[in-house]
Amino acid sequence: MSTGERLQAIDLRRVRAVSGMRRWWSRLPRGTRFAVLAVVAVLLYLLPVLNPPIITTPDSDFATVLFTVTTYCLAALGLNVVVGMAGLLDLGYVGFYAVGAYSVAMFASPSSSIATKYPWLVCVPIAIALSMIAGAILGGPTLRLRGDYLAIVTLGFGEIVRLSAVNSPGLGAAAGITSIPHPPGALNGQPIFSVLDAKPYYWLGLTLVFVVVALVRNIENSRVGRSWLAIREDEDAAELMGVPTFKFKLWAFAIGAAVGGLSGAMFAGKQGFVSPDSFPVLTSVLFLAAVVVGGAGNRLGVIVGAIAVAYLPERFRGFQNSRYMIFGLALILMSIFRPQGLIPNRRREVELADRKLDEVGVEVNA
Amino acid sequence: MPEKILEIDEVTLRFGGVTALDGVSFHITVGEILGLIGPNGAGKTTCFNVMTGVYQPTSGSVRFEGEPLGRRKRHEITRLGIARTFQNIRLFPEMTAVENVMVGADARHHTSVVGALVRSRRHRQEEQEGREKAMELLRFMGIDSRAGDAARNLPYGYQRRLEIARALATGPKLLCLDEPAAGFNPNEKAELLELIRKIRDQGYTVLLIEHDMRLVMGVTDRIVVLEFGRKIAEGSPSEIRENPAVIAAYLGVPEDAA
Ligand SMILES: Nc1ncnc2c1ncn2[C@@H]1O[C@H](COP(=O)(O)OP(=O)(O)OP(=O)(O)O)[C@@H](O)[C@H]1O
Ligand SMILES: [Mg+2]
Repeated sequence: MSTGERLQAIDLRRVRAVSGMRRWWSRLPRGTRFAVLAVVAVLLYLLPVLNPPIITTPDSDFATVLFTVTTYCLAALGLNVVVGMAGLLDLGYVGFYAVGAYSVAMFASPSSSIATKYPWLVCVPIAIALSMIAGAILGGPTLRLRGDYLAIVTLGFGEIVRLSAVNSPGLGAAAGITSIPHPPGALNGQPIFSVLDAKPYYWLGLTLVFVVVALVRNIENSRVGRSWLAIREDEDAAELMGVPTFKFKLWAFAIGAAVGGLSGAMFAGKQGFVSPDSFPVLTSVLFLAAVVVGGAGNRLGVIVGAIAVAYLPERFRGFQNSRYMIFGLALILMSIFRPQGLIPNRRREVELADRKLDEVGVEVNA
Repeated sequence: MPEKILEIDEVTLRFGGVTALDGVSFHITVGEILGLIGPNGAGKTTCFNVMTGVYQPTSGSVRFEGEPLGRRKRHEITRLGIARTFQNIRLFPEMTAVENVMVGADARHHTSVVGALVRSRRHRQEEQEGREKAMELLRFMGIDSRAGDAARNLPYGYQRRLEIARALATGPKLLCLDEPAAGFNPNEKAELLELIRKIRDQGYTVLLIEHDMRLVMGVTDRIVVLEFGRKIAEGSPSEIRENPAVIAAYLGVPEDAA
């Protein structure tokens, strides 16, 4: 057998090991898969136009809800790099979302203290870069910590960012920053992005979700993604096999932060204003919930999680006050009956099962 | 005069009150198989840990190809050319066998994060190279039939071999094996020894920790004996066999239960 044939044999065996839906999907011919994906993508773009009866949100503007869902999807995809892939628990992810939003606000708004009035499009790369720098600044000293300690420090980071905004007149203090310009573009003399219609924001958000999914997928199937996996499974062994663990953990943080910042930049561009109130600890918790509910480590899973977290409460707005209670209850039930998430990562599923075995004292490694 | 690949010079390592290594000195010559033996708790694994940067010696130094390791990081030492296996298997359990080995091979790769993001040419080239190299090593170790299985699902003997394949993938000059045949039956041990010899013949230098005296005698060129953190003897297998201190310390006690 040539190496190529051998590799194919391995891939087949791997496919066989994968269960249910996944097996069915991976057995479809390439062309069919592509066609199905294309149809799904088109349907997704058409969602706010079609306004499908059961799916649409009766109590709030559907396109706005969809846009919010895309910002959550972006945030969940970014946080998934940190939590799901590299296995680093980050409880302050909203901090990066805030850095992204505030970067756009500062550089774009005429009423900010620096009033550079750069267009929104110019501010987005600035927001991404500043978020990455924030990620590196947070990660540099803290990534030497492990587990619980890292969680505590990151939790603090999220609050520090928010409180810095509250207490800095230069950042607009508690009132925040207003008059943030919308993304550019005009059609028949009318701006595409305005307060009147949320659909274009949704389309832009959805497109960014596709782009980020593709990029994250590339990195997952590379030396970098493998390093993250190895770090998650046995950090010391990884280091001794030549993986610069600190460097790659820092990259995970920086990449996660960049995507979070992008999400925040989108939010600021749509909202038109930012204030510290937009970035409470609860948002970090919701982002993390999206990752965990969906299935940490699985791209599709965390997107489903983000939809669950951002869409369901809007869909059931009618239930008003009880909706977060219902949501909390759902989380508790999930953690009991499906701790691996709705669409789990194949490996993490086994890791969790392992932990269960360990708990009851079964020797897993004979 | 044959070249020394690694020199351990008066290394002492204390853990609180325990002196795990006490002024140990020895060297490894390029191209040899050096056996490191000694009773339980003698400091053999600790020696590996000092050589691979897991612990900093309390005093003394380790030189690799003449360069002191100093405070080099563990992954840097791996890239200098020292690779190891673990006494208690430390594979990446949920990764497939071939992926485990690819992590080792990545130690020689240079794809940047940006390169991976955009699937640069170098990325694709290194991915393919890494995969082919990994498969080749699995074949060499005789475990390629299970390349696509998660490491945790492999039989024990395969896991031990996989660790060696992963270590070889990092492209070492010196390969350190910590009881690679532990838990093997005599047949399996003989097979593994044959493999270790083959590895040496391909140009690697090997440092081997092993409990089974007969086995060590059969395969090594030289032997260093530790007891209670001190070196008590060094020499050819036949010299070691006759050394009264070794007989007292090591051969006197019943052979390891394994
Ligand atoms: N991290 C540590 N902290 C404290 N003591 C340690 C540590 N590592 C090793 N030791 C002690 O150092 C001594 C040498 O241990 P080491 O594991 O090197 O022995 P060994 O020769 O490999 O034994 P074995 O044949 O059982 O593997 C032992 O007394 C051990 O308890
Ligand atoms: Mg040992």
